[in-house]
Amino acid sequence: MQWETVIGLEVHVQLATKTKIFSGASTAFGAEPNTQACAIDLAMPGTLPVVNEQAYRYAIMFGLAIDAEIGKRSFFERKNYFYPDLPKGYQTTQLEQPIVGAGQVELNLSEGRTKTVRIHHAHLEEDAGKSLHEDFHGMSGIDLNRAGTPLIEIVSEPDMSNAEEAVAFAKKLHSIVTSLGICDGEMSQGSMRFDVNVSVRPKGQEELGTRTETKNLNSFKFMEEAILLEVERQIDVLENGGEIVQETRLYNGDTKVARSMRSKEEANDYRYFPCPDLLPVELDDTYIDAIRNDMPELPEARCERFKAEYQLSDYDADILSGDMAMAAYFEAATKACGDAKLVANWVMGDLASKLNTEELSISQSKVNAEQLAGVISRIKDDTISSKIAKDVFEGIWNGEGDSADAVIEARGLKQVSDTGALEQMADEVISNSQKQVDNYRNADPDKRPKMLGYFVGQIMKASKGQANPKAINEILLKKLDELL
Amino acid sequence: MHQLTIRELAKGLRDKSFSSVELTQHYLDRIQTLDSAYNSYITVTADQALAQAKAADERIAQGDDSVLCGVPMAHKDIFCTDGIKTSCGSKMLDNFVPPYNATVVENFNRLGAVSLGKTNMDEFAMGSTNESSFYGAVKNPWDTSRVPGGSSGGSAAAVAALLTPAATATDTGGSIRQPASLCGVTGLKPTYGRVSRWGMIAFASSLDQGGPIARNAEDCAIMMQAMASFDSKDSTSMDHPIEDYSALLDKPLAGLRIGVPKEYFGEGLNPQVAEKIQAAIKQFEAMGATIKDITLPHNSLAVPAYYVIAPAECSANLSRFDGVRYGHRCENPADLMDLYKRSRSEGFGEEVKRRILVGTYALSAGYYDAYYSKAQKVRRLIKQDFMNAFEEVDVIMGPTATSTAYELGSLNKDPVSMYLEDIYTTATNLAGLPGISIPCGFVDGLPVGLQVTANYWREGQLLNLAHQYQQETDHHRQTAPNVA
Amino acid sequence: MDQSDIAKLANLARLDINETTASEVAESINGILGLVDQLQNANTDGIAPMAHPQDAMQRLRKDEVSEENVREQFQAIAPEAEEGLYLVPKVID
Repeated sequence: MQWETVIGLEVHVQLATKTKIFSGASTAFGAEPNTQACAIDLAMPGTLPVVNEQAYRYAIMFGLAIDAEIGKRSFFERKNYFYPDLPKGYQTTQLEQPIVGAGQVELNLSEGRTKTVRIHHAHLEEDAGKSLHEDFHGMSGIDLNRAGTPLIEIVSEPDMSNAEEAVAFAKKLHSIVTSLGICDGEMSQGSMRFDVNVSVRPKGQEELGTRTETKNLNSFKFMEEAILLEVERQIDVLENGGEIVQETRLYNGDTKVARSMRSKEEANDYRYFPCPDLLPVELDDTYIDAIRNDMPELPEARCERFKAEYQLSDYDADILSGDMAMAAYFEAATKACGDAKLVANWVMGDLASKLNTEELSISQSKVNAEQLAGVISRIKDDTISSKIAKDVFEGIWNGEGDSADAVIEARGLKQVSDTGALEQMADEVISNSQKQVDNYRNADPDKRPKMLGYFVGQIMKASKGQANPKAINEILLKKLDELL
Repeated sequence: MHQLTIRELAKGLRDKSFSSVELTQHYLDRIQTLDSAYNSYITVTADQALAQAKAADERIAQGDDSVLCGVPMAHKDIFCTDGIKTSCGSKMLDNFVPPYNATVVENFNRLGAVSLGKTNMDEFAMGSTNESSFYGAVKNPWDTSRVPGGSSGGSAAAVAALLTPAATATDTGGSIRQPASLCGVTGLKPTYGRVSRWGMIAFASSLDQGGPIARNAEDCAIMMQAMASFDSKDSTSMDHPIEDYSALLDKPLAGLRIGVPKEYFGEGLNPQVAEKIQAAIKQFEAMGATIKDITLPHNSLAVPAYYVIAPAECSANLSRFDGVRYGHRCENPADLMDLYKRSRSEGFGEEVKRRILVGTYALSAGYYDAYYSKAQKVRRLIKQDFMNAFEEVDVIMGPTATSTAYELGSLNKDPVSMYLEDIYTTATNLAGLPGISIPCGFVDGLPVGLQVTANYWREGQLLNLAHQYQQETDHHRQTAPNVA
Repeated sequence: MDQSDIAKLANLARLDINETTASEVAESINGILGLVDQLQNANTDGIAPMAHPQDAMQRLRKDEVSEENVREQFQAIAPEAEEGLYLVPKVID
């Protein structure tokens, strides 16, 4: 039987506010446990929430970016359930009247295909704390620093039909929220987390199959793996005459294994009701328009600008504009060295592969934009060759020096352009290569330039790659012609 | 000294008739000697009180002219007090010492008032008899075989027994007015949003409101002036101008339009109580007011609506008491579920558990519309009744309670009959209106209270008419036997 | 409402209601439900639910850090804390 996959996403985006959504405690990442959990975050008796305006502004910015209707009147509700990382015993969230209504995003897929994914809505809510499962005499430790961090939960329609589309959608959201500056996009710190709803159905069937939800995926790679695995599992179950159980699942990116979450098995009844400690938020057009007029550049606009301003190809512009941190890196490096094309090649080539191997985001790159621009500048002024430049880049990456110049100096990689030294090397190579010189002499003049490569190679070898290729070419031509 | 009102005490402190330390010690001695008969205090803070009194004496010596400076008072044990146990009448918080003050407590501290301690109350303010307190029932000073009313029974009894000149209290469905009525003291429930709820442990957030209980309206005005404040930490605190309550007390009542709803004199009202109420209304007429029969057609639905909304809100508000961060925790929990269930079951009393279950039911899937949503609609109808009435009259008068104080143990066995006793008070909370209970006579030696309800923000008007009435009557000057 | 309904509710509310008291609790809650069922007699057609007494709008707070670290104070009153963490029986996902 032919199967068809249906995927919908719920995406939790931590907003880059300084303080919690309902308290004045800091949201900075990485603090000592519970040092950023104030009385409100700890749900101490008698404490009350007050809404952070910036969280609202950020949610509205997202809504405007996906062309959604902004809720002129929104309110918070309580979602009741007990969990140690949820101090109040309810999560303050939005259900009936969320701040962001229906919208949509456009995806660019492989082979030039595009797709529109509809957003059902996006709402504001508070994040929970963390349970640390290290062994404290067989107990878990609760850190509530994260409790109350503002989130928008973006709920898509089930519009995606494979992992590629789901990942493209996730990346697009990442690009939007980082471009807007409303989220730092640091996936490894949990700044964006994905819940993936997957179901399969026989091709052509109208009715949706039973879905499962795989929760809390925090990398595009894991998300893709989890979807592929879950689709395969569901098809397997169905083809063996089984039934899919609606359940919540967890995917472990390290072991590549998914399992059902036991604790979420019991039937939950969240008993939503309007939070009596908070009043409805009413916004007028003036307020929303002021935010609209102050919106940062969105990925599409930036892509067009990159093409026009830097003469980048569609492909390069799409890649470089898609990730806010990457775009900023690209522009900073280009500004510093003046060669957009070279910067583009480096960012998408050596830098990207290095980040990929070490599993770092571009903001964690060990070579910053200024430093990369320094490397490129030294190529352009013939201080080093493109090949040596890779070593210089590597050197900065490994901390051998904090600039291209420092590494060139330390490793003695300066290109040899000194004519005297090069002539001496050329003489040596020519005298040690009698056979090749003879061949050169006897060859048809049209073929000679190609034969020059051998001599160039020998000199590069002798100079450990530091000879200036252009200068060598000139010297060799001159010397060989003298021998004709 | 214990016979003096706040106004008289302030004068005595300035005249050096006595110091705040002497006055405070006098009250502490009285509490120690007499309170075993009433059980009106949960915690007496002698050391802190004397330290506050000493500081107040210094302030007075330096010319501090705030009326409350050096005047003893007490806080209902629902208001968080920094470094002082705040139990809310519950085993759950028997070990809870908050590291912060309620805004109301801060307000009194700033003025130099002296806090004698924390008054007894129904557990989490749930009850009309003060028998649900973990610390035992409070006895009515007029007859210690009877209840003082609830939930602010400790505050009302302490004032009636002259164990404090005045006390703070809270009113969710009548918890200030009803005990004031049963104990023969004056109690004001302000407009919702007038007194900050920060640090006041929540029962039902959209109904709870703090207010004063004192011997007369003049003292209530002084207390109210301290309690009323706009608080940015409470989203439901309203930034509405605060009247000078004491300055309004002497306004003549000529032209005051009083509405008397026929629904307040129906079945269930003790006929002797009804007579006292009618007599009080006649007195107002004699003082220049006009009387008009009005109707509040949805009043009979106030108790049913209240007993959906209040439990629903409390079911969520009390989820934070989970044995994780503070409060009671069971011994040796087997697992997380055991920790929750045993900590909560051991920590909460029967009435609290009952209301949590009712609230959980009213919000649960399939019942939300029939109960919670329906009750919120009826709530609007009830408010509309009041708004219609206030088109024609300035204030509404009737009984506070159906009878005088009940025998201990006579009501708490049957929740429904206890709930029905709230028939005159809950509507005011549902609408968020201000109300006052004023002593207006005695039946068989037990006090009767007249309830007056006014339009939003008219606390000044209520205190004014109560004060005028108290100029013409002496019910409020009667003291219970054995307390003088 | 019977004992099994009470058990379900008690579980949602994380309360232990033992079997001996469950029937008493069921009875008292049935009584309360009888009282609140009077609501069904009210005609509320076209009436919007009222969640707050005041017809007011939420104030929004500036995004400025106002809270300091007072972990030690809070954990001093915690039933069980270690290395800055609140301890609970093992959480199983």
